[in-house]
Amino acid sequence: MTTNISQEKPGGELELRGVSKSYGPPHLATGVIRDCSFVAEANKFTVMIGPSGAGKSTLVRLIAGYEKPSAGEIFVDGRPVTGPGPDRLVVFQESALFPWMTTKENIVYGPRAQGEVRRESDALAAALLEKVGLTAFCGRYPSQLSGGMQRRAELARALINRPRVMILDEPFRGLDAMTKKLMLEYYARLSEELPRTNLFITTDIDEAIFLADRLLVMSHIPTNVRAAIDVDLAKPRNLDAIFRDDRANAIKREALSLLHEESMKAYAGGSKAAADFIEAYRRRVSTPEADIIS
Amino acid sequence: MASDVIVTHASLGQRKGFLAKWFTRPEFNSSTRRGIISFVVALVLWELGSKSGAWFGVDVPVIGAVPAPDTVIAAWIKLIGDPGYWQSWLQSVIRVAIGFSAATIVAVPFGLALSSNPNVRSFAFPVFELLRPIPPLAWVPASIIFWPTQELSIDFVIFLGGFYTIVLNVLGGADSIDPRLIQAARSMGASPWNIFRRIVLPAVLPSIGVGMEVGIGITWEVVVAAEMISGGGGASSSGGGLGFLIWNSYIGGAYPNIIVGMISIGIAGYLSSALVRLCVHRLTPWLKRS
Repeated sequence: MTTNISQEKPGGELELRGVSKSYGPPHLATGVIRDCSFVAEANKFTVMIGPSGAGKSTLVRLIAGYEKPSAGEIFVDGRPVTGPGPDRLVVFQESALFPWMTTKENIVYGPRAQGEVRRESDALAAALLEKVGLTAFCGRYPSQLSGGMQRRAELARALINRPRVMILDEPFRGLDAMTKKLMLEYYARLSEELPRTNLFITTDIDEAIFLADRLLVMSHIPTNVRAAIDVDLAKPRNLDAIFRDDRANAIKREALSLLHEESMKAYAGGSKAAADFIEAYRRRVSTPEADIIS
Repeated sequence: MASDVIVTHASLGQRKGFLAKWFTRPEFNSSTRRGIISFVVALVLWELGSKSGAWFGVDVPVIGAVPAPDTVIAAWIKLIGDPGYWQSWLQSVIRVAIGFSAATIVAVPFGLALSSNPNVRSFAFPVFELLRPIPPLAWVPASIIFWPTQELSIDFVIFLGGFYTIVLNVLGGADSIDPRLIQAARSMGASPWNIFRRIVLPAVLPSIGVGMEVGIGITWEVVVAAEMISGGGGASSSGGGLGFLIWNSYIGGAYPNIIVGMISIGIAGYLSSALVRLCVHRLTPWLKRS
């Protein structure tokens, strides 16, 4: 069963070409995303990091097909995205499990809604429940599960549909520090076992570097890709030991300095005084001794 | 020595009266006991007030004119043996069941339509909001004129009592569905009908439940007005419903029976709310309850 989930359909390639999104009537429109282009390679872990309040979640809605871009196009394996579909599944911030369904009912919802026969979806669900360690909890409602279990159930609910692209929008936000760490390690391991194209959105740099094959640093609104950094660290990685590595620290410094600039823009919202402050800050960090992390 | 202890224990048990023993039984928790105390205190105050027209030497208006609990209980005991009283219960229960079921059947789809379709909302909601403040009592003359039978006009007034509350609750519940749940279902390839049946409907169910719980209380408030003014209806003059019982007792000067009718409606409302609550709890097993 597990081999079915992992190999039947390997991950697809996600591409954004010149995607823009603005809201409101044309002459008053506020741009949330402007001319955003990137490729999330098949079966790779692409992590998107950006200041909070940037258009990351808007971008997720566009990729998932809940909203249409104002300009530009989104492709999965070269086919344009026209609406929601099981080839791109989103795992949302905090739980979006269906509260009135048990864990198992949640997981089989997708295949059953697509008309798959009960026996097959049940067998697949049993295998996935085992994989995410929720076999004993299959009859519980989401409100009876802990935060970490809810996240695992939601991962299983997405994985059972064999998506070409998994979109995870700050999926471990709101978990306590210990659970979050366990979930990160768990998801990294799961991704090794079931390789798939992952687009992971976060605001946490350690989380980003731990997971990423490629790191996309997003700009402040209107959002696009400020920089793409290849995270060429060997996998599997160790969350505790990763920053003993110089390369990891160099990536972290680079990403943080970019992020700090973008965050300052977000914070300032365009006032002259803030612009001056950012300029002063930029001069300060460009000195070789500057340690941005501290 | 041992026998001494037993004797002491037994005599303690005898000294404790039946009521005290009953009151301190372990099945009752503190809130049950407080409930019992509040009933007893209310009855005592009522008895004192209606006998003397005053509470502890302070004159209280009106209360002296209210029949005392002992007369009410005596009247009630007499009524319990009267088939007309039970006929009244049955008639009122049937009317509430009809009016309330009709209200639920119409209000739930209407509320869902208001929430899901902006056109329906912009056309229908202003009219709904205009009609909503009109008290069901004000509808009584119109409904007597327009409905072919008296029974139907009573049912209609009761219907109005539950309708608005259920619509508003369904609307509120449907408006506050987490959009991510619907998005998730759409992503997983679910059809609109599947999303409606398996996502929207269960998501609104708790709000439907709240609307029904509040609504059934209001229908009991309304049943009295409807029955009083429609004159009871039905072939039997002694069984025109609990509302008619109150009105008829007033006309006939049987004042204790007015109170009996009032308390009967209180009990009927309490029981039917409890029944609705039980049904809703059964239908929404996923909700955490203390």
